[in-house]
Amino acid sequence: MGLSIYLALKEIWRNRGRFFLVALVIALITLLVLFIAALGEGLGTNNRQYVSNLDAQLIVFLDKSDFIIPSSRLDQSALKAVRRVDGVADAGPISTSSTAILLDNGKVLKVSMLGVEAGRPGLPPVIEGRTYQTQLAKETVIDRNVALRSDIKVGDEITIRSTQGTKDEFFTLKVVGLTEGQAYTFQPTIFVPPSTWERVRPKSEAEANKTVPDINVIAVKLEDPSQTEAMKSKIEANVSNVQVADIETTISNIPGYSAQQGTVQTQGAFTLLIGVLVIGGFFQIQILQKVPQIGVLKAIGSSNAVVGLAAVIQIMVVTAIGVGIGGLLTYVFSLFFPPTIPLVFNGNASALAIAALLFIGPAGGLVSVIYAVRIEPLKALRLS
Amino acid sequence: MNTVALEVKNVVKTFSVDGSKINAVDDVSFKVNSGEFVALVGPSGSGKTTMLSILAVLLTPTSGQVLIDGQDLAKMSEKQRVVLRREKIGFTFQSNNLIPYLTAKENVEFMLRLNGKANRAGRVRSQELLARLGLNDRLHNLPAQMSGGQQQRVAIARALIHNPTVVLADEPTASLDTERAFQVVETFANLIHENNRAGIMVTHDLRMCKYVDRVLQMRDGKLVQIYETKEEVMALARGGDH
Ligand SMILES: Nc1ncnc2c1ncn2[C@@H]1O[C@H](COP(=O)(O)OP(=O)(O)OP(=O)(O)O)[C@@H](O)[C@H]1O
Ligand SMILES: [Mg+2]
Repeated sequence: MGLSIYLALKEIWRNRGRFFLVALVIALITLLVLFIAALGEGLGTNNRQYVSNLDAQLIVFLDKSDFIIPSSRLDQSALKAVRRVDGVADAGPISTSSTAILLDNGKVLKVSMLGVEAGRPGLPPVIEGRTYQTQLAKETVIDRNVALRSDIKVGDEITIRSTQGTKDEFFTLKVVGLTEGQAYTFQPTIFVPPSTWERVRPKSEAEANKTVPDINVIAVKLEDPSQTEAMKSKIEANVSNVQVADIETTISNIPGYSAQQGTVQTQGAFTLLIGVLVIGGFFQIQILQKVPQIGVLKAIGSSNAVVGLAAVIQIMVVTAIGVGIGGLLTYVFSLFFPPTIPLVFNGNASALAIAALLFIGPAGGLVSVIYAVRIEPLKALRLS
Repeated sequence: MNTVALEVKNVVKTFSVDGSKINAVDDVSFKVNSGEFVALVGPSGSGKTTMLSILAVLLTPTSGQVLIDGQDLAKMSEKQRVVLRREKIGFTFQSNNLIPYLTAKENVEFMLRLNGKANRAGRVRSQELLARLGLNDRLHNLPAQMSGGQQQRVAIARALIHNPTVVLADEPTASLDTERAFQVVETFANLIHENNRAGIMVTHDLRMCKYVDRVLQMRDGKLVQIYETKEEVMALARGGDH
């Protein structure tokens, strides 16, 4: 072991220029992999954040809506029926739509506008200001993401523009509170009471005179959060014409979510594969050049274990240095990224990526290690 | 002083090339005592390197017996052979001798490291040995920064540093000028005699035989003649002059 470390480190040090270049290549691959992971996380977060932060365990959909939030339509009676099911602690309606806030500088900010009842699952905790008071209040709670992209503050009045029928209608809402981390389908989010939502949301001519708000889905908080499976069947049995999903299923059915995550993961996997090939290629070429010297090592009495281990240690050291530099570069770059770019450096995702990167070195170099062990000292020396 | 360090009995090594068989070593027998320095000579292709490789436990003979320190190589496991190679054998190869990323001193010390003896005393001895071979100012040079002859001398130091029973050298003077060659072989011979090793040196240059105790001559794989006495050996060495 000691002997292998000695050989591996001496060789790296005496050829530090060459090994540093390889470490740099690994660093660039690391940078790429970490950014792809962060992008996947960022895109995913922006898509699902609101749903995954819900204070609820189950989501009730219209039957045969395939768990797709925008294609589910429920009414107030379904909400009442869900609330009556034994074991349901609370249930809140969620109505989704998109609208635009008119900003002072003449631009518009597209937002998700969610109609949710105050004090029920569906409205996230308010971190500044207060929540709206009545079902009809012309008040709104905005996500910090809205504040970051404009200079809207708690206490301001905002104007939203919605197309109703064929006309653009304008509504004024007072910002009473602020939440955090509530992006939904890539847009920053504002929350309004259900009746207000029905009045101000974009709608078609036919819906123009509706006043009872439609509900897309119902967020259900259970008395015993561990009973999701049992409660799922129970709600489906007790409320007609609904299907129930847990949060995870709901997220994976957010339109485009799975496809997008799949794409990002494929990119990450291919980048890792390129890493394996680059490292494998380098060490394979290197080992071919080293046949005579490995022959000498063996001829003077180094065991296969010493030679093989030295090759493994060398690959691991170079990979570790490369991944270290890459991690550092990624960190430095991440400091300069504006908050509006969807990059999220999540500890778990990065750790997984780094573990994968550390693994690709030995994986790529495996062939060369096996080759090194198989070199016969005499043949190696005859080559000269 | 007169213990047998190395004994070769009826050794044959056959290579098959394209179906035809060549006896690279053909029924060779000899002994070398500790404290004895022997030259192995013969024309190119006569089997010298093959013989040396068998003695260095790098090649298994087709038949016959080799004993080092009384141990029969054929009866050892592969692991035991590796240990024997690093403990009891010192070897300089015809070329490609040194580890390219280790300095002269590190190359020599590596032999001690292999045997777990790279202590302070060992490091001092490495330095002294290199100094004796005229490399005092090359201790920290990498092989690529040394001439072929300097590299050969480092290899000689490496072959001796761990006090092996048998020291094998394949053409150690091939890349040296005549004067340097005489000097190196003389030092080599002295070190072998002083430390009571059994030394075998392959050489093309019969003049180098001046420092050895005995000369074994090979031709077509066979041991054809042994020059035993001082007079015979010296006559051979002088004959090599022209
Ligand atoms: N691995 C091998 N396979 C086939 N033939 C071999 C092999 N090794 C050696 N030989 C043959 O065995 C014979 C002896 O070779 P060897 O290298 O021992 O000669 P040598 O005396 O060392 O020659 P030189 O003075 O040129 O170094 C040669 O004919 C050579 O071609
Ligand atoms: Mg030879």
